[in-house]
Amino acid sequence: MDPRITERDQIRDHMRETQVFGNRVRVAVLLILLLVLAIIARLIFLQIFNNVHFTTLSQNNRISVVAIPPSRGLIYDRNGVLLAQNLPSFSLEIVPEQVENLNATLAALKELIDIKDSDIKRFRRMLKQKRMTNGVPLRFRLSEEEVARFAVNRPRFPGVDVAVGLARHYPFGSLAVHAVGYVGRISESDLPKLDASNYNGTTHMGKGGVEKSYEKVLHGAVGFEHVETNSQGRRLRVLSKTLPTAGQNLYLNIDLKLQALAEGALGVNRGAVVAMDIKTGGVLALASMPGYDPNPFVNGIESKDYNLLSNSPDQPLYNRALRGLYPPGSTIKPFIGLGGLETNRISVEKNTFCPGFFRLPGKAHKYRDWKPTGHGSVDLDKAIVESCDVYFYTLAQAMGVDGMHDFMTQFGFGSKSQIDIKGELAGLNPSREWKRRARSQPWYPGETLITGIGQGYTLVTPLQLAVATATLANRGQRMQPHVVYGTQNPAEQTIVVQRPLSLKAIPIVKPENWDRVLTAMSRVVNSPRGTARAIAVGADYLIAGKTGTAQVFSIKQNAKYSSAKTAERLRDHALFIAFAPVEQPRVAVAVIVENGDHGATVAAPIARMLLDQYFADYPLMLTALQ
Amino acid sequence: MRWSISQRLHIDLPLLGGLLLLSLMSFVILYSAGGQDNAIIVRQALRLLMAFAVMFAMAQIPVRYFLGWAPWLFGGGLVLLIAVLLVGDISKGAQRWLDFGLVRFQPAETMKIAVPMMIAWYLSTKRLPPNVWHTVIAGLLIAVPVGLIAKQPDLGTALLIASAGVFVLLLSGMSARLISACLILFAVAAPVLWHFLHAYQRQRVLTFFNPANDPLGAGYHIIQSTIAIGSGGMYGKGWLNGTQSYLDFLPERTTDFIFAVYSEEFGLIGVLVLLALYLFIVARGLYIALNAQDTFSRLLGSSLTLTFFVYVFVNIGMVTGLLPVVGVPLPLISYGGTSLVTLMAAFGILMSIQTHRNRLPT
Repeated sequence: MDPRITERDQIRDHMRETQVFGNRVRVAVLLILLLVLAIIARLIFLQIFNNVHFTTLSQNNRISVVAIPPSRGLIYDRNGVLLAQNLPSFSLEIVPEQVENLNATLAALKELIDIKDSDIKRFRRMLKQKRMTNGVPLRFRLSEEEVARFAVNRPRFPGVDVAVGLARHYPFGSLAVHAVGYVGRISESDLPKLDASNYNGTTHMGKGGVEKSYEKVLHGAVGFEHVETNSQGRRLRVLSKTLPTAGQNLYLNIDLKLQALAEGALGVNRGAVVAMDIKTGGVLALASMPGYDPNPFVNGIESKDYNLLSNSPDQPLYNRALRGLYPPGSTIKPFIGLGGLETNRISVEKNTFCPGFFRLPGKAHKYRDWKPTGHGSVDLDKAIVESCDVYFYTLAQAMGVDGMHDFMTQFGFGSKSQIDIKGELAGLNPSREWKRRARSQPWYPGETLITGIGQGYTLVTPLQLAVATATLANRGQRMQPHVVYGTQNPAEQTIVVQRPLSLKAIPIVKPENWDRVLTAMSRVVNSPRGTARAIAVGADYLIAGKTGTAQVFSIKQNAKYSSAKTAERLRDHALFIAFAPVEQPRVAVAVIVENGDHGATVAAPIARMLLDQYFADYPLMLTALQ
Repeated sequence: MRWSISQRLHIDLPLLGGLLLLSLMSFVILYSAGGQDNAIIVRQALRLLMAFAVMFAMAQIPVRYFLGWAPWLFGGGLVLLIAVLLVGDISKGAQRWLDFGLVRFQPAETMKIAVPMMIAWYLSTKRLPPNVWHTVIAGLLIAVPVGLIAKQPDLGTALLIASAGVFVLLLSGMSARLISACLILFAVAAPVLWHFLHAYQRQRVLTFFNPANDPLGAGYHIIQSTIAIGSGGMYGKGWLNGTQSYLDFLPERTTDFIFAVYSEEFGLIGVLVLLALYLFIVARGLYIALNAQDTFSRLLGSSLTLTFFVYVFVNIGMVTGLLPVVGVPLPLISYGGTSLVTLMAAFGILMSIQTHRNRLPT
């Protein structure tokens, strides 16, 4: 007997406690009985009243739920030219559970239909990562003859069938591939990211460009049907059906004509062209060359072809427009110049003398101008028009690296442009703080100077350059660049246009400062001394622009630069930014030709071609001026 | 007064009989559900053997020891739960296991017993029925481990442990006013709790209300199991003849959904037999609690018994589509070991309550 228990219990109302407990247990028993009755009622409902219904569902015939994948939305350019479509395709599928001897079946099929070893390898791989009870594809794109040949022999192959599906096809091949992207088979690593239920039955998903970024919109919602099948897995009848909701069609801002022109103009060069509607942020052309044909990727590109692409020194898989990082070179000068005016570091009246080089006080090192003889007395206008380096060395020193950093940040340098396709890089807009953090080094005065002419640490993407140019031309109002123009429910005609998104506007200190810089950019093209004067010839509208040449490697002091001797890969990058028409800017263009040497001779003509084409196709954009 | 042999071995014969019968049924059903795989039967037999051994061992310990251990067991369990959150193994996306090299251990399991034990210990030192203050303290003692387990996230176990603790409170005579106050509080807090659920948990609750909504995802389980049960009819399709389970349509058919296999093959009659067996065990447990000699034993014994019933009800309710899908096995029938040991430990405690009785002065 435990004394502790009794002692404590003595002071308690023993009788009452037992009585209360007994009552509670009685209530519990009552509840238990009620719940058990509920279960029994449910079981009677299922097993007695609905027995016949459930028996038909299970008896001999199997009822299975089959997903009906939605058809993927189509992709059009701004004029309705079809860029991505769905073509009917026949593939040979195997339901492994219904095949007795897989190896024998494969061998027999091989005699009937052309099946490569690579097909079988892929089949075995997919067999391992099979999701749900669908068939596993063995061969894609059967010819009609192959379909017929199999149909005749079908009784010999239980568990094997021809599946009719829609396969993505890009009729223009590599054209605009870096914007449109492509779809590929859903791989095991994709599965955690997907809504398993909605993607049941879907075999492909967007893997790049618009196809990837607008996956949700393009995909649609899955449908399903309850199907009765016999023991061989052949469908006998459909019991009920819920139709899928097709994905939305997409209309891009991209004009395929401009896109083709841009890609053609880059030709065999490596480079990128981005053209933007200044008022809406719509991306009219997004070219990155070289490109590649997305069609082989749809059903799995063969590894030797893939290696060819991924190992190519020209890096065709690389989206230069969004991810290519280049020193902006002299194209940065209008922005720096504006910064100098707006932050009151320079006055318009004051001239700087350019002897062809610049020296930091007390240092021997010569920072050279591109023109060894110098530009003489230079004001901001002349400095932009003739691209005088010494003027900007002086200005950079006056602004300081952090002054330049802060001003350039407003144009989006060093941060992502928030374009609606994934993968863009942020570039680099250097500051003291950045160098301390990233390099653990102090900032050196010389680095400030070369930052002022777009060399040094500064890195931009072609897209950023286009956005910054558009922002400048739009007098500080930055727009979010958009590849997609609108969406369309395939059952309807109307296109739901995506509203242009304004980003934070740059506060204007003095409107005249902006006028001066924009005028100077116009004079780069439209004055006899301008570096891009050649592209003004014959244009019936006014273009403004800025040339740039970005050093790929640095030249030793006093060494003479000779492009002919430099290996092609070490030649300078040619850059050009432009907008037009000057009076009421509509389009901004950024062109980068890798190792193209001179912005004025290589990059500027490409911009002119694009602008010509644009205003020929959209003359209203010009007549709005009058 | 003489002790019988079973009394000396500290075995409650009716309870033991009921449990053995259930285990026997488990073998029969598992053999069919597992695709007539002998290995499964052997493994289950070993687990049952171990679980029965644990039960026997627990039955040898007099109740007053449990009374003394309750706070330590509870405190230790809490420490382990926190350890699990910090360093636990992740399996199937949830952090529930502690790895001690050789043994992997799920602290939430011990809490199934430690929580009701703790509440029973706490309340047994107080005057009953408990006042507001004691109810609040007891509520907190329940909420802390439940919250930790829910965070793992293991909502099913958390709810079961919460109910085990709450049963003790209810059985101790908590007043009707307090009960209704708690209900109102819960109704107010429900939307907040909903916010804390994982997306998949919300999905399960939503699917429960309309399984046809998502026939490819979570609804698939319920649709297939109701087909299995419904097609069983009055007498069932016969042992080893359940087509739904044999054709691979039933998911989790050896574990959480084994009841569907049983009802398909043995029909309503078979289910009634199984329910009767469960009810018998519950009745015996409550009988033991009613005849216990002290408050702690009464509260603990009855709470453990009611929790056992909740397991049965939640599992069958889920499989028949009365309740949302929560991963709770069918006690003693489902394949699997961890929860089996805890379950049998609880029965061991019940046997101890029944057999370590103080001799009353004649």
